[in-house]
Amino acid sequence: MTETTFITEEMDTPPEVERKRPNAWLRLARYTVGKFFSLFLAVLIGMYLTILVANMGGYVDEIMRAQIRDGISLQISMDPEMRQRPPAERNQLINELVEVEERRLGLDQPFIGRSFRFLYNAMRLDLGRAQHITSDTGSRFVRLVILERLPPTLLLMTTASFSLFIISLVFALFLSRNYGSILDKIVIALSPTSSAPPWFYGIFLLLIFAAVLGWLPFGGMVAAPPPEDPIAYALSLGRHLILPVAAWMISGFFASVFGWRTFFLIFSMEDYVELARAKGLPARDIERRYILRPTLPNIITSFALMLILLWQGAIITETVFNWPGLGRMLFRAVQTFDTPVIIGSNVIYAYLLAFTVFLLDFIYALVDPRVRMGSGGPKA
Amino acid sequence: MKKFFTSIKQYPSAIVGLILILFLVVLSIYVVVAIPYDQAIRIWRGGEDVRGDVPRTARPIYVNWFTPQKLPTTIVIDSADPGAGIEKTRTQITDDMWDIQMVLPFDYPYDGFPQEMQLILTATYEEKNPFVTLTWYFPDGERIKIADVTSRRNETVRFDLQDRLLRQLDGVPPRIALLSVPESDPPEVRQGRYELHVDTIVFEEGSDIEAKFVSMGQVHGIAGTDHRRRDLLLPLLWGAPIALAFGLTAALGTTFTTMFIAAIGVWFGGLVDELIQRITEIYMVLPFLPILIMVGIFYSRSIWVLLVVVIALSIFSAAIKNYRAIFLQIKESAYIEAARSYGAGNWRIISRYLVPRIIPILIPGLIGAIPGYVFLEASLALLGLGDPILPTWGKVINDAQMNGALYNGYYYWVLQPAAMLMITGLGFAMIGFALDRIFNPKLREV
Repeated sequence: MTETTFITEEMDTPPEVERKRPNAWLRLARYTVGKFFSLFLAVLIGMYLTILVANMGGYVDEIMRAQIRDGISLQISMDPEMRQRPPAERNQLINELVEVEERRLGLDQPFIGRSFRFLYNAMRLDLGRAQHITSDTGSRFVRLVILERLPPTLLLMTTASFSLFIISLVFALFLSRNYGSILDKIVIALSPTSSAPPWFYGIFLLLIFAAVLGWLPFGGMVAAPPPEDPIAYALSLGRHLILPVAAWMISGFFASVFGWRTFFLIFSMEDYVELARAKGLPARDIERRYILRPTLPNIITSFALMLILLWQGAIITETVFNWPGLGRMLFRAVQTFDTPVIIGSNVIYAYLLAFTVFLLDFIYALVDPRVRMGSGGPKA
Repeated sequence: MKKFFTSIKQYPSAIVGLILILFLVVLSIYVVVAIPYDQAIRIWRGGEDVRGDVPRTARPIYVNWFTPQKLPTTIVIDSADPGAGIEKTRTQITDDMWDIQMVLPFDYPYDGFPQEMQLILTATYEEKNPFVTLTWYFPDGERIKIADVTSRRNETVRFDLQDRLLRQLDGVPPRIALLSVPESDPPEVRQGRYELHVDTIVFEEGSDIEAKFVSMGQVHGIAGTDHRRRDLLLPLLWGAPIALAFGLTAALGTTFTTMFIAAIGVWFGGLVDELIQRITEIYMVLPFLPILIMVGIFYSRSIWVLLVVVIALSIFSAAIKNYRAIFLQIKESAYIEAARSYGAGNWRIISRYLVPRIIPILIPGLIGAIPGYVFLEASLALLGLGDPILPTWGKVINDAQMNGALYNGYYYWVLQPAAMLMITGLGFAMIGFALDRIFNPKLREV
């Protein structure tokens, strides 16, 4: 995917560019901006597809119509002059106004035109009001509901992904040093356990630590009522984080360690590593300069791919652990058929995915000198 | 093929995986033959005609093997069942009154109290309802009257709802009081042989009555039951063929379509290749699960519809990049050149020369992908988007979650389907893992 970009850029830059540093940064900037726009386009198209899917059942129209009627009914009922009129007359007025408004918003026009308007609104998360779900502050605006649920998800996901990533990387390096040991064999034998998703292990963890032992809470983000003291609050948060993060670790750990270990082993068989070893360089230096450094782009790629998986997996893990994040919100929206919120979740997940991919590409470009210097793309 | 088996023998985990899969396949075939689809659906969906004498959320029978306390099983004594050996004595009292006496005896060797106790009466009469007196005999010969009932054609006498009996027992529910040591507090079980006397007076010559005593236990069947009195054995068994069908079809569908698209892109190159890569980029930011959820809500919850959507959403997955790299190498091979020189068409080269070469490389990934899809189905069910008709493992876990199974201590409800999922997941993952090492020599060295 990234490869073609490199190749095309390579073609339209003259070869003598490589000699100066500022040009390299210019290339980086151009590369980043290009990536940004191509990803933005991808999100647009992705969202448009989502809207098409949602609108097949006419749900998008329904949301808009309901919104219009809501607004106008409210407006009429607030008007003191209107209150004097008989209900039948008021209803007629409402119907007329709704019709005018629908025509103004183009609801009587063919879908193709409307879909773009809706796309524009969706991209700004301007999806009107949720049908059932409210934010903690009592608001029904989808945008507010979603933005309120974002931080808990980010907290859980970043904690889970960083701890899984760093621990498995360190452990894999350790194993690649001692490969063939009993520990190594155990990890290999256990790596098929990663075929089960985190929620699966979550259920077991809940059973053991919450139901049988009663050490940790069944779910939620903080104790109820939330502690006033910030330190107590943080501790309570930490206590609630343990099980979901642990579920994530168990689910991803063995396969991830196995993957890294194998990757490092293959790399440590390269000739230049052998040479470094023959020169008598200390093992730590070899690891840092001859194994980690050249594999950094791959490590980053796989981290971002893991993040992408995480965003999706969050939905179910949050549901199992009652974590008040985006996933849990989507689950509740599913149960109450809250269409605006469901579409809103799609938008926010598309943004999160695109942002992850963008970040990946950016860091990749920073780390991989081939992108900066334009001396050819990475091997396929 | 022989070589394949000798090489797979080097991996004990692959053998274990093969055994697990074989077990699942045999189980699936047996289930589909023994309980045909229609019948399974009918039992699972329930209805008046299938509701048996099954307790609610009863634990599986094997719980009793591990605890010193023996929980009661379900006891059913039916006078209509010739095997039960219930004697019915009929004596004429007056010209138009007959007395039918039945004794329903049972042993109670358990340490817990039943969940519910009831007597189901089935009477045959023209106009005049029979009059039934129920008396309970304790092991020591003492007795207590349970109720007087004017029986309709189908009459269910629930012991716990008999007000007079309840008052007589000082408010202790009859299902407990009738089986406990007198004056014990908290109630202790009095083990021994109990009798329920059903004394009926009928007012017509041809009138008759049958009685069925049901004491619903706390353990039932080898898999327990759920909140709707359904035996969990059915979904546990039927989950296997459904999971296999779903996982296999999804893995085959996604792998082959993805590979084929990669082949087309590589072969035609240029604009086609560029387009495919752009689409892959868009697919990368498509929120897979939320879209799937949306389809589940707006259109259909049938897992076969979702299966199609899963395949459609996975066509342009990141795997295309891997296949592309391999195809790029194959494309340069001499035999492709030869095929082209004798004038083979594009589609012929793709389907006959490019694709077959990659299939051995494909298989480990294909098998390794199956558990992912099996768990995906379970995940959707967990979100409440399970197929409304089919009994699947995910559906059972979802039901359990919704009814607070872990919180209320119904561990079997979650653990059994989870174990089945684990068997499936591990089985395929182990084989896929071993195959990966067999087909990728570079992995074998390390």
